[in-house]
Amino acid sequence: MSETIAVAARNVGKVFGAGAHTFTALGDVSIEIEKGEFFTLLGPSGCGKTTLLRCIAGFETPTTGTIELSGRDITHTPPNKRPVNTVFQSYALFPHLTVAENLGFGLKMLGKSRTEIDTSVARVLALVQMQAFADRLPQQLSGGQQQRVALARALAPEPQVLLLDEPLSALDLKLRKEMQGELKRLQIETGITFLFVTHDQEEALTMSNRIGVMSAGALLQVGTPHDIYERPVSRFVADFIGETNFLEATVEDGGVRLGSGDVLAVPPSGRTGTVTLAIRPEQIKIGQDGLSARVVATTYLGTDTHYTLALSDHSTLVARVQSNSGADLKPGDAVHVTIDAQSVQVLAT
Amino acid sequence: MGKRRFDVTTLPGFTFIAITAFVLLYAPIFTLVIYSFNGGNSVNVWGGFSLKWYAIAAQNEAVQSAAIRSVIIAVSASGIATTVATMAALGTTRRGRFKGQTAIYIMINQPLMVPEIVTAVALLIFFSSIKIATGYTGLGYLILAHAAFCVPFAYLPIRARLEGMDMTMETAAADLYASPWQTFRYVTLPLLMPGVIAGAMLAFVISLDDVIITEFVKSAGQDTLPTYMLGQLRRALTPEVNAISTVLLALTVVILTAFFLITRKRD
Repeated sequence: MSETIAVAARNVGKVFGAGAHTFTALGDVSIEIEKGEFFTLLGPSGCGKTTLLRCIAGFETPTTGTIELSGRDITHTPPNKRPVNTVFQSYALFPHLTVAENLGFGLKMLGKSRTEIDTSVARVLALVQMQAFADRLPQQLSGGQQQRVALARALAPEPQVLLLDEPLSALDLKLRKEMQGELKRLQIETGITFLFVTHDQEEALTMSNRIGVMSAGALLQVGTPHDIYERPVSRFVADFIGETNFLEATVEDGGVRLGSGDVLAVPPSGRTGTVTLAIRPEQIKIGQDGLSARVVATTYLGTDTHYTLALSDHSTLVARVQSNSGADLKPGDAVHVTIDAQSVQVLAT
Repeated sequence: MGKRRFDVTTLPGFTFIAITAFVLLYAPIFTLVIYSFNGGNSVNVWGGFSLKWYAIAAQNEAVQSAAIRSVIIAVSASGIATTVATMAALGTTRRGRFKGQTAIYIMINQPLMVPEIVTAVALLIFFSSIKIATGYTGLGYLILAHAAFCVPFAYLPIRARLEGMDMTMETAAADLYASPWQTFRYVTLPLLMPGVIAGAMLAFVISLDDVIITEFVKSAGQDTLPTYMLGQLRRALTPEVNAISTVLLALTVVILTAFFLITRKRD
């Protein structure tokens, strides 16, 4: 069992400061990341995702709990003795060393021979397609090129786990999209476990095998992008990933009753009393039958159009409709909507 | 109508005062330099252009040995001071704020604030008891005394450089398997080098022209160039002193220019 686990955090807590001025960055986080996985820690800034990453890298020591690497306890191992490398948000390339010297730094510190270093440097330079830049200094490179060098430098010593701390956040949108594909390709080619930290839900959904959603020092949900998007366990997760409508409802036999009086036949959730329904905009269809609603506003987004709809009790919903579907609705129009009850998530209020 | 920003250069008489200040600062130095080329025997009566006082100074054995002694002391003292200052700068910047940090800063920079004559008298008394106890009367005392007052001059540029340096460089080195010593050797020190060189040069210049502490601490026959020149004042003053001063001035200007070029290049 443990042979398939690359990194594990067990009941990890981290408290900064002392006395009256303490800040709990991590509550009590347990997580297991499998070998060869592209795992993303996703959450807003200040949620503790970077602190967890730094605990795994060895830059911080957890206040409580343990960190394991391939089943070995490394909680108190200094960073230079951990077979784990980091791609920093600021890249942290050594400005006084050339690209090739930057790439060879880790191997040199490990005491590898000149020929071994040269072979590895050539390999990772090819991996990130930077062969032409081996003798440049970092400040002679563009942001995207520095990013590739930072990635190659961390990959050169062939770490057991590659940690990536929001590495794409400094790039412009087009380059970021390109690098997302690039990162995924590198992960598959090298087979190295990637632990990626980001606040960008789209980045997380497109690249990851699994995602861990964090908030306020706690891990809220771990699952595949599909799981997280389709079956969020809490209002926070549903809200953070993609767009979601939230509706108050009361649990009844055979479904839930909305504030408008309509009943939705949602699958049994085990919850009782007042609940919050999470409904994705694309799960709402505008048609001839169903709940009556009125169009409040329309937002044209190119491929899709968002319609803000008010139900009879004035609660609002946003529906996403393909712009070329022919429905040309205006504010004030009376419509009927159907909600895909099977995909509605019933959450605690 | 918006308020104009206060600008000192628009005040009446600004130009006049500025020019006067510069003239007062530099006229004596120019006079000194000009009279070092005097063919006559006076430091204030012109007797034609000549390099003879440079030749006389260069052939004067007392000047020669004082110059060599000055350089030995300045090189050793700035070396020691720079090493100590680098360690002090690392200790005060490469960690979180700690209790008593301000007190440490003040203690490191003490020679900038305590009157030099006080330090000189203290060292005289302190060293003379050591001299009696050990019998050693070499240059070591002067080197140590100079190293002590050179520390803050070396410390300030090194600390400034360290504070401008990103800590993630060291974190990245540790992440790439560098031990704390390797991190210092291959990352921190190379990045710190401009600050270290600047600090060493400043310390060298400060040591080179010190008079007060040297005068108190030196044993018999341990004149440096500045104390030798001070001794000459008691006799008939010749342009030889001007020539020595001009050489010292030229050396200082060269070193300080290099200092500014090194510190500016990185900004």
